[in-house]
Amino acid sequence: MASDYLIDAKGISVRADGRSIIDNVDLTVAEGEIVTLIGPNGAGKTTLVKAVLGLRNLSSGSVSIKPGAVIGYMPQRLSVDTNLPLTVRRFIGLAGKAEKGKRQSVLEEVGVLPIVDSSIHDISGGEMQRVLLARALLRDPDLLVLDEPAQAVDVNGQAELYHLISAIREERGCGVLMVSHDLHLVMSATDKVLCLNNHLCCVGHPEAVSQDPNYVELFGPQVAESLALYHHHHDHEHTVDGHVIPRHAQDHEGHDHG
Amino acid sequence: MDEFILYALLAGLGVTVAAGPLGSFILWRRMSFFGDTLAHAALLGVALGLLLGITDLTVGVVIVCVGAAAFLVVLQNRTRLGNDALLGILSHGTLAVGLVVVSFMENVQLDLIGFLFGDILSVTTTDLAWIYATSGIAIAILFKIWRPLLSITIHEDLARAEGIQVTRINLLFMILIALVVAAAMKVVGILLIAALLIVPASAARHYARTPEQMAGMAVVIGTSSVVGGLMLSLAYDTPAGPSIVVIALVLFLISTLMPNVGRQV
Repeated sequence: MASDYLIDAKGISVRADGRSIIDNVDLTVAEGEIVTLIGPNGAGKTTLVKAVLGLRNLSSGSVSIKPGAVIGYMPQRLSVDTNLPLTVRRFIGLAGKAEKGKRQSVLEEVGVLPIVDSSIHDISGGEMQRVLLARALLRDPDLLVLDEPAQAVDVNGQAELYHLISAIREERGCGVLMVSHDLHLVMSATDKVLCLNNHLCCVGHPEAVSQDPNYVELFGPQVAESLALYHHHHDHEHTVDGHVIPRHAQDHEGHDHG
Repeated sequence: MDEFILYALLAGLGVTVAAGPLGSFILWRRMSFFGDTLAHAALLGVALGLLLGITDLTVGVVIVCVGAAAFLVVLQNRTRLGNDALLGILSHGTLAVGLVVVSFMENVQLDLIGFLFGDILSVTTTDLAWIYATSGIAIAILFKIWRPLLSITIHEDLARAEGIQVTRINLLFMILIALVVAAAMKVVGILLIAALLIVPASAARHYARTPEQMAGMAVVIGTSSVVGGLMLSLAYDTPAGPSIVVIALVLFLISTLMPNVGRQV
């Protein structure tokens, strides 16, 4: 049966050295949909992304990618060995052939035009992220997979980058699967949030997830509070010392996050 | 010019044309020790080839080198030891086993010193044909896989996600190194093959802004080393293989004294 999803992953588990890294996770990304994976360090976000891309072996479950879908991948970290002389232009060109006009417009859109003749060893971390995004876009992808696209980018730059990602989705209609540390900045640019901590804690629209007791438990009341402030509407109460009590916390049995 | 010098020159040039670009990839992938390991394993390949009656030495060398590379992968999965330790073990282990196997072959004539240190001045037309065949095949394959190999070198996962057949290309790359090792054996000998791969490429790094420039410069520097080394050898009656490496070393040292052009890229 043909699936309408770009990615349709069912019950994925990955184990390494006898330890479960991700456990029974379902994940779908539809065309034109932005799905964000959030979770604390060590939650298995990168592993899940790699499993979906076929870069990690599954211990159980299945992943189906829509046949013929072109994937643009932006890995979490990419440092080029200094033994290798490489300009930004050459690095981007390795992704595949693109006509010159199109290449120019993508480079301009992502903002790497000024550094295109620099050595890849001389650009900053934030510039590298943009270069990686440009490289992924030049493949004309049906699906963008971005692993922490905003790392090494300052706060203003982060908001700008997420804005750019959602503009790219509008423009191209591609699906996006991205990993992020904080719900804050991705909130407005995402359709669905998966909150991961080895297993799936909660899934849903960002607003719904931010209210989910599991989310609050996982990230702590401070984070949840700042998120609520960011949105300027409170769905919870505060204790005297400023801690957040989610409104329904008392009638929800939070599960164990061992 | 005497015929033997012409043959020596042609042999050296035939090897450096392939060693330049391959040596560059070895540097980019931080595999210097790996080149050394395969070179040492080559002696075992020669010995086993002779024991089994394979007259063409290249076949034995390539089979043992690819076997050593596969064995390395097995060891990587079975121990927690780092790569440098495993390569050190394999490198000297295969050399030792090769020397022991050679000692068993009483009825086979084997010029051990020639294999260890090279014998470029005694190159025959048959040797030349072999060198150019192996080197030519290596260059042709490398040319064909250049782009995917470069992508894998930069980031293996990214290359895989973009649909490159990583395992297949990596295997081909091993075979290419084995081919060049086989070709270079006669020129500088097993103990110095790795130098011919790594030193010219390292010197070239300083002058290059792109991967292709570095590979090209490595060929130029390697070729100059062969010419200079042979001249040194003729003038002062020094051993030819080591003389070639000495010139390469001098060219490398000069590159480090040059103004910082390459450092910026």
